[in-house]
Amino acid sequence: MASNKKYWKSVEELNENSSIMETLQQNEFAQPIPTDDFLGNKENLSASSTTRRDFLKYVGFSTAAASLAACEGPVIKSIPYVVAPDEIVPGVANYYATTMADGFDFANVLVKTREGRPIKIERNDLAKNGGAVNARVHASVLSMYDKNRLQNPKVDGADASWEELDAAVAQKMNEMSGQDIVLLTQTFASPSTSKLIQEFTTRYPNVRHVIYDSVSSSEALDAFQNKYGTRGLADYDFSKAEVIVSVGADFIGDWQGGGYEAGYAKGRIPKNGKMSKHFQFEANMTLSGANADVRVPVTPSQQLQVLKALTGGSTSGLPENVAAAVTKAKAQLQKAGGNGVVITGIPSVEAQTMALNYNDGKSVMDAAKPRMTAMGNTREVKRVMDGVISGAVKGLITVGVDPVYSFPNAEFAEAYKNLNMSLAFAMNPDATASAAKLVAAVPHYLESWGDVQLKKGTFSVMQPTIKPLFDTRQFQQCLLNWTGRNNVNYYDYLKEYMEGTVLNGTSWNQVVHDGVVESDATLTGDAETTAANEFELESSTSNGAMAFNSQSNGMELTLYTKTGLGDGRQANNPWLQELPDPITRTSWDNYVTISKSDADAMGLENYNVADGGLNGDYVNISMNGVTIEKVPVLIQPGQAKGSIGLALGYGREEGLQKEMQTGVNGFRLYNNFSAVQGGVTLEKVSGVHEFACVQLHNTMMGRDIIKETTLEIFNTKNKHDWNPVPEVSKDHQEIPVTSPDADLWDEFDRSVGHHFNLSIDLNACTGCGACVIACHAENNVPVVGKEEMRRSRDMHWLRIDRYYSSEESFAGDNEKKENISGLGSSLSEYGEMENPSANPQVAFQPVMCQHCNHAPCETVCPVAATSHGRQGQNHMAYNRCVGTRYCANNCPYKVRRFNWFLYAENDEFDFHMNNDLGRMVLNPDVVVRSRGVMEKCSMCIQMTQKSILDAKRAGKPVEDAKFQTACSAACETGAIVFGDINDTESEVHELKQSDRMYHLLEAVGTEPNVFYHAKVRNTNEA
Amino acid sequence: MLKVNLRNLSSPLSLLLLAVTLIFSNPAIAQDTADEAETTATETPAADGVGDAAAGEALFKANCAACHKLYKRATGPALFGVGDKYDREWLYSWIKNSQELIQSGDSQAVAIFEEYNQSVMTAFPQLSNEDIDNIIAYTYTPKPEPTQVEVATGPGGGGGSGVSNNVILGVLALVFVMLVVMLFLVTKTLKRIAESNGVVYPEKPARTPLWKAFAQNQFLVLVTSIFLLLAAGYFGYGYLMQVGVDQGYAPVQPIHYSHKIHAGANQIDCNYCHSSARKSKHSGIPSLNVCMNCHKNIAEYNGELDPELGYTKEFYDGEIQKLYAAVGWDEATQSYTGEEKPVKWVRIHNLPDFAYFNHSQHVTVAGIECQKCHGPVEEMEIMRQHSPLTMGWCINCHRETNVNMAGNEYYEKIHAELAKKYGVDQVTAAQMGGLECGKCHY
Repeated sequence: MASNKKYWKSVEELNENSSIMETLQQNEFAQPIPTDDFLGNKENLSASSTTRRDFLKYVGFSTAAASLAACEGPVIKSIPYVVAPDEIVPGVANYYATTMADGFDFANVLVKTREGRPIKIERNDLAKNGGAVNARVHASVLSMYDKNRLQNPKVDGADASWEELDAAVAQKMNEMSGQDIVLLTQTFASPSTSKLIQEFTTRYPNVRHVIYDSVSSSEALDAFQNKYGTRGLADYDFSKAEVIVSVGADFIGDWQGGGYEAGYAKGRIPKNGKMSKHFQFEANMTLSGANADVRVPVTPSQQLQVLKALTGGSTSGLPENVAAAVTKAKAQLQKAGGNGVVITGIPSVEAQTMALNYNDGKSVMDAAKPRMTAMGNTREVKRVMDGVISGAVKGLITVGVDPVYSFPNAEFAEAYKNLNMSLAFAMNPDATASAAKLVAAVPHYLESWGDVQLKKGTFSVMQPTIKPLFDTRQFQQCLLNWTGRNNVNYYDYLKEYMEGTVLNGTSWNQVVHDGVVESDATLTGDAETTAANEFELESSTSNGAMAFNSQSNGMELTLYTKTGLGDGRQANNPWLQELPDPITRTSWDNYVTISKSDADAMGLENYNVADGGLNGDYVNISMNGVTIEKVPVLIQPGQAKGSIGLALGYGREEGLQKEMQTGVNGFRLYNNFSAVQGGVTLEKVSGVHEFACVQLHNTMMGRDIIKETTLEIFNTKNKHDWNPVPEVSKDHQEIPVTSPDADLWDEFDRSVGHHFNLSIDLNACTGCGACVIACHAENNVPVVGKEEMRRSRDMHWLRIDRYYSSEESFAGDNEKKENISGLGSSLSEYGEMENPSANPQVAFQPVMCQHCNHAPCETVCPVAATSHGRQGQNHMAYNRCVGTRYCANNCPYKVRRFNWFLYAENDEFDFHMNNDLGRMVLNPDVVVRSRGVMEKCSMCIQMTQKSILDAKRAGKPVEDAKFQTACSAACETGAIVFGDINDTESEVHELKQSDRMYHLLEAVGTEPNVFYHAKVRNTNEA
Repeated sequence: MLKVNLRNLSSPLSLLLLAVTLIFSNPAIAQDTADEAETTATETPAADGVGDAAAGEALFKANCAACHKLYKRATGPALFGVGDKYDREWLYSWIKNSQELIQSGDSQAVAIFEEYNQSVMTAFPQLSNEDIDNIIAYTYTPKPEPTQVEVATGPGGGGGSGVSNNVILGVLALVFVMLVVMLFLVTKTLKRIAESNGVVYPEKPARTPLWKAFAQNQFLVLVTSIFLLLAAGYFGYGYLMQVGVDQGYAPVQPIHYSHKIHAGANQIDCNYCHSSARKSKHSGIPSLNVCMNCHKNIAEYNGELDPELGYTKEFYDGEIQKLYAAVGWDEATQSYTGEEKPVKWVRIHNLPDFAYFNHSQHVTVAGIECQKCHGPVEEMEIMRQHSPLTMGWCINCHRETNVNMAGNEYYEKIHAELAKKYGVDQVTAAQMGGLECGKCHY
């Protein structure tokens, strides 16, 4: 159909005499094509001997030659050792026990090495007081392969040799004798290092040692020291607790060094009808609050009052609901007697003393053997900060700390540059190291020797698992060199020291092998004894930084550390950046968390947009004249009204790759090194922030994705009442979906050989995220970056879903759903149920491929790339996959991940897989997937196959404990258990028989090999 | 085949030619020199005359050969003529217990000890003086001169036969051409005679040319094109399927390492060098210190040679020198210099990343011979990929091979159940689940 329609290109065409139209018609190209440039020069043109035909010939020939040459197969070289070390067999992993102690995280670990390079961190089961192997510890192996590390020492900004640095330092130290020099270090918790530092300060009496914890526990330390005489942190064993009341202490998170989840989870699994009861009074929604039975949002200023009321005072003045909760908590504590514990995170000596007094003598608290993993004293640190600013301090040696970034006072950075001597020991060119005149590059803990006293009487050894990658030298070795012992190796010094003090005849090799030794030896020159003499402690009645005026206008800010980044020292680690925050499920960011009602009052919004991402507004945060600009706002259900939260550890710029420079620097508001600040004002500013949030639907809307019940119902009622198997109708008869009659498929015979099942206990899962990182490391899961995360193209094989209740509790949700009747009601009420409640119940659920026996993905694959194994695993043959994504569409659990791009060796995704150093962390037993391929959890088939092969070689059946997946091995709390259900002796077999067992979306009839244990909440009132 | 035929054809002639060359060369002279050498050598040991050299040889090989060579320094000094250098009594006490002698402060003993890197010589108290005499007698065995006869005549004879082949071929070709030309001339002459005799050849009727007839027969064209298409499809598929299959891949290696000599002639067990095959997924290329376990003492090659292919003694000795250079072994001082140059071997068996293969599963658990997949390695002068290493090849074997379960407790229960399930005595790898994708692809 020919048409005579004429399309107008612009309004100008209406005007017949338009001069514009005329010019446009005659001059089609707004800019003349510069043909003259290359054709106009006749001389050049004729001088060239290449004709057009020749040119085409050349092109043709070179293309043909190139494609012919490309036909040649690649020649692959294999280079064996010249002299092979005895313990290395190519293809077989070696494990070494060592200890992480980077000043923020302390943990005993096992390091898996392949062909001499560490590739994974695991838990050291020999260590009983080993600290938590949390997500950051698991990820620390990648931090070693960071291409942005400091690779050599520097003098005045130029690369230098160690001899040059030694000379420069010696010269400075001599020049400055008599002037005040401060040695500002992280907490080493290392007796031998303490001794070395003492020897150093004896040699240079003008040097003063100050310990600085970037996230301070100073008040708790002062309170403990006031009460018990030693400087340390009380240790708690929550498995013994019947009632836990926490006032602002995120003890499942990083409170006082963290690491309490294992004990906590033990008490949370209902056994003999009993489980612990957990009250949480807090401002931010934390992991602890999310796990609590009763969570009460309380602003920081009210928390002290809550604590007073709990430990004997009155509840007057508290809001009604808080007062009621406090009364209940108090009653339960009384009932629990010696097994009730009150802990607090309020940064005041007064509050910490109250808690210590309350817990004194209780079974849960261990005051005799305190933790030694934090030693900082904020008063001393503040004196150093002020001294540098005022010019009283002339020289500053920093070790493992980054004060230019993490000191709250912005003037410090300028003053630091003017110091007479600035020497920074650092692993990364962080803010301090880039401003320092002298920089000493130190090795990663996986390249170092050392000793760590995690807890009084428990000593751990740090041993190198790889030769230092760069020209680095340990701080301790430097001290030896600078105190005139050039010929003494720190290893020898350490060995001699340990043998002389703590070993008591235990062989040194045995200790290095185990990684840990217990000893009651008393150490001289210990940090705590020196601390007692030198520091001025805050009195037990001082509430120090908490003395802000709660009546003043403005919000109360609680600064916290995230599961992923902690205090930010591992900010260059893409695994940690990409780990979604367990509560907000947002990655690559920090933000202000604010309650819904406060947000509404200020007109702040969060909303989902069409590209599948979450957007939010920006605010400026001001406090005491300090303003942080353009901070994104995230509305947090459960945030106490009138309070806000902000994560520390973000906003670093120096020494970080561009992609990792995320968020804003919360340390600017860390006034007086106190996590709680008052009088903070927010001001909405223009702009829209794009979050990388991976869970946009926050509620379950009454569905039984997570089955929940109360302890009372669990104890008294039949399984059928609280954990029913879904039913379907067959011939108008209701039959359970698990019945063979309800099944489309023929059952396979799974009785022969192994049949693997994975059990996940929702009561024990605290949402800590260690399994996610362990899975990353084991299975070469790629990092995709913020943009892709926002599009929900995250590649995590294992995610931890977090659900909020839309009513006060999940039970309320169910009730509301049951009562919906009629179309009108369902439209409006389901709409309401999409929004979480102001103080919701929270539940976590790790979800990975469910390895369905009747897998929907397998039946739709056109190329049979995904198929079922007899051992219960759903296999995925990447090399067979053509990327139709049918399987992902047919998966009811949304656990399949598609490689939208090539994530390895691609400059667009410039993370660890894009450089030689970062690729060293890859697990050689698992293939790196390419673009256009579907991938998913394999139930760590490489690990089960290895266990089976080991058993075959040894000629005996597999022990139950040998079957592990990366996630089950990483799980501190025992929530994830893996094993063979055909082995009737196995733990997983027993777990499968439990009444709490259910399958996710059981009604679909997929018969998964992953099962969950329904969550039980302790709502007992008396 | 062509080549072989020709060789057969020429063999009698080449023999003839060989005989001719032998006459012209002078083997007798070479023989004479060798004889001379032998006689001069046999004269040396006469100096002493004590001891039985034959018995000494056995003792030497059993006790001394690990560290000593006759003509060359090894861990210890070369022993040729050692009886002349030292006093006999001194030798007795040295051999029986050298440390004692050193500690007693004997200057000669201390000097030797220092010269040879203070390596302690094993004490041989079990040797009697007579034994030692026998050994010393053996040490007078002269250095055998290189067998010049063989070397001289070998290549000469070979070269002669090469030339003769060509000459004979040329002559034959000439004869053939002459015959053809003659035949042509004869027919032409006969024709001319016939013509002159008045014989008239009948004119042949013009026939449609064959190709035209073919093109006009549509059925034939159709059948042919179908056949051609099928053939193209068959060969095309065959060609494409062998892309990436490197069966027979035998690259040139930085050191000419002969499996034929090591595994074949010397019967060294595969697992001695490829020790990780028993416990790891990789069979492992042996590190050079493993080579040096033997090559510390084996600095020259004395085995079978194949000079035609260039595998001469010099060649092999040169390769051993390459090993010494790589591992940093100084032959003169018998010590490591510390200058190591790792050898960049060319990897022959390349599985793609997405295929998981574990040697120990096959070697230790299943007890499969290396040769099953790697072919007759002990006959390979140059290592090559014997099997196609394709998935079909793996799968086939898994289908056919019974799992070796005897005496392995791991399999006990599984075997009983599986045997019942499939109603068989022996269970194949496939029945054990050896065909599942996820067993090899993850």
